[in-house]
Amino acid sequence: MTLLLRGGTVVGPTATHIADVLIRDGRIAAVGQNLDATGAEIIDASGCWVGPALVDIHTHLREPGREEAETIESGANAGVLGGYGALVAMPNTEPALDNVALVSYVLAQGAKTRLDVAVAGAITVGRQGESLAPIAEMAALGVRLFTDDGTGVQNPAVMRRALQYAAPLGVRLAQHCEDEALAAGGVMNEGAVSARLGLVGRPALAEELMVMRDIELLRTTGGRLHFLHLSTARSLALVQAAKAQGLDVTSEIAPHHFILSEESCEGFDAHFKVHPPLRTPSDVLALRAALLDGGVDAVATDHAPHAPELKDLPFDEAPAGMLGLEHAAALTLEVLRDDPVAFFQVLSRGPARIAQLRAIDNAPDGSAHGGDVVAGEVANLVVLDPHERWHVDKNALASRATNTPYHGRELHGKVRATIVRGRLVMNEGELQ
Amino acid sequence: MSFRGHNVLTLEGVDASSILEVLDTAESFVEVNQRTIKKVPALKGRVVASLFFEESTRTRLSFETAAKRLGADVVSLAVASSSVKKGESLRDTIATVDALGIDAVVLRHKSSGAAVQVSRFVPHVRVINGGDGLHQHPTQGLLDVFTVRQILANRAGALGSETGGELFKGLKVLIVGDIRHSRVARSDIAAYTALGAEVRVAAPGTLLPSDLTGWPVTVVENFEEALAWADVIGLLRLQQERGTGAFVPSLSEFTATFGLTTERAAVLDPTTIILHPGPMNRGVEIDSLVADRDNAFMTRQVTNGVPVRMAVLYLSIAGSKELA
Repeated sequence: MTLLLRGGTVVGPTATHIADVLIRDGRIAAVGQNLDATGAEIIDASGCWVGPALVDIHTHLREPGREEAETIESGANAGVLGGYGALVAMPNTEPALDNVALVSYVLAQGAKTRLDVAVAGAITVGRQGESLAPIAEMAALGVRLFTDDGTGVQNPAVMRRALQYAAPLGVRLAQHCEDEALAAGGVMNEGAVSARLGLVGRPALAEELMVMRDIELLRTTGGRLHFLHLSTARSLALVQAAKAQGLDVTSEIAPHHFILSEESCEGFDAHFKVHPPLRTPSDVLALRAALLDGGVDAVATDHAPHAPELKDLPFDEAPAGMLGLEHAAALTLEVLRDDPVAFFQVLSRGPARIAQLRAIDNAPDGSAHGGDVVAGEVANLVVLDPHERWHVDKNALASRATNTPYHGRELHGKVRATIVRGRLVMNEGELQ
Repeated sequence: MSFRGHNVLTLEGVDASSILEVLDTAESFVEVNQRTIKKVPALKGRVVASLFFEESTRTRLSFETAAKRLGADVVSLAVASSSVKKGESLRDTIATVDALGIDAVVLRHKSSGAAVQVSRFVPHVRVINGGDGLHQHPTQGLLDVFTVRQILANRAGALGSETGGELFKGLKVLIVGDIRHSRVARSDIAAYTALGAEVRVAAPGTLLPSDLTGWPVTVVENFEEALAWADVIGLLRLQQERGTGAFVPSLSEFTATFGLTTERAAVLDPTTIILHPGPMNRGVEIDSLVADRDNAFMTRQVTNGVPVRMAVLYLSIAGSKELA
């Protein structure tokens, strides 16, 4: 397949320029002006951004165990519609991805989809937070991220041991920071809104204490640590300070934490229930500021499908989590519409570095994400119109689930085409 | 706004005129409850579903009595005998009851916000919140202010309706106990302050809400002084079933620090009104001897629950202009 992306704004790691991008045999063959399109399928990219396909390092694909909410295939389809070329599947499936057989299953199923599926393995057996999972065996399959996400590793001795074990393997641990004792029973951010609604709160402190704890653990063990879905101003500041001190820490924030605030919970609609919870408007502003000034390494979706009947439960009984893949790009544009370089940094290049999915990371499956848009690179690309207006329709999603909190919201910016390893896998909203 | 033709989900943000409309309507129903034939046909032919997903005796009895005295038919779902125990969702349960043909549903649920959610599931049905989790218990708040107005008006030789909201201006109300876990406190505070009363709260630090920003109350520093200050003392049930045991070292320590003991009650002005939404933990929030004093009006609160709930049901179901 030969493809020509005609006249788009090509977004490199530091600058943009208008050019054609010619794709042949899975790679970028040429980038330049007025390229010869003989025999090529032409995509008019004028007015659009052309950059590396997006990389989500925080996707709950639900398979195995919760296929009624999502499968690896349906989640991958949601991903390519959202402009993603690679997803990292979280291990809190049923059973948890804590061994070679299960990781191999997800990798094999992922290889049949339209995009690249990597796996995050569990840190502890069954995500129980007690004994270490076979991290080295999973690493040998190419697993580069390990997490008990859904919850954090609560016991500091276990977390320290995991960091010590992981450090020489070159893999990165990723922590869901919430102290379960402090967050116990909580269903939304603890504060004035929760007090008024009579909902039990999950305090910001529950997150921040674990961020502090893990920074101090990492200081003694060395190694690499990634902080998942940070949601408070203080958490971001703590990680930035640790980074300035030379620790190998990385951070991600989720679109819902910089788009929505705790005030969304006023109507007791469980579509707005998520862990960590939606925070205060001032936290939202702090997260937006971090996006603008490079204070976070990645935007990650925490795409969390749940069957519709579960989100109709009372707020305190409903499961936490919301869909993310199909709308993350447009939501991030709400902050970064004027900065395409930063946009691709947080949605592609940054996450690809964290998950070691770049060409220089030599992944066993040959994936190469988050690169420059130059001749020779593997053609994992996205074409998006930063200005097109459209509306979220929960009944028109590729996900099996419908639990988006954005139903009816007008978005401003749409993914036009997704190209994975040189193949056009999504064009104008249609899976190819 | 008014409750006429509307759901009754919360008292938060409700204005004085809406509350006074309920109180005046309730006052007209008091007389009905004193007749030999305690029934008016105001809701004849209407169907009220009583759905109590949480244990309750007095609220359920009160609502069902109120509905029947207005001539409504009552369909009643007790959680123990329902499909809820078999895993049916709240949404499906409501849809099933709605399919029977109902005009209103009175909902009691252990989860905050359940009544709000149900109002979205069945938008054509009037939803009356009979208590949702820690959130709101609007009819309790209304019957509490009704009771206070009735007592104060009687003392002045007037009917409550003749006094409007005047008796609440500057009225000193002290709410004591487990504010944090109390839907009654949330509704009471909204009702009293909407009518112009000054509300103070007294509780151990752990039983205050986690954040009082925006609450129109002050926290008292000295409980004994606050008792002497108050015109009305609203006690709250220490909700051990909600795990509040862990919030205080022991019930006896709670009683020693924030209980209305005989010793504390002895120095109260004899006109101070004592209220408790029930069921009381005698010996915990209040000593038995205090609960039985003349200025403790718990029985009156129960009695008033019926006309107040009649008023709420009547206004909500029959009160809209197109239905009137």
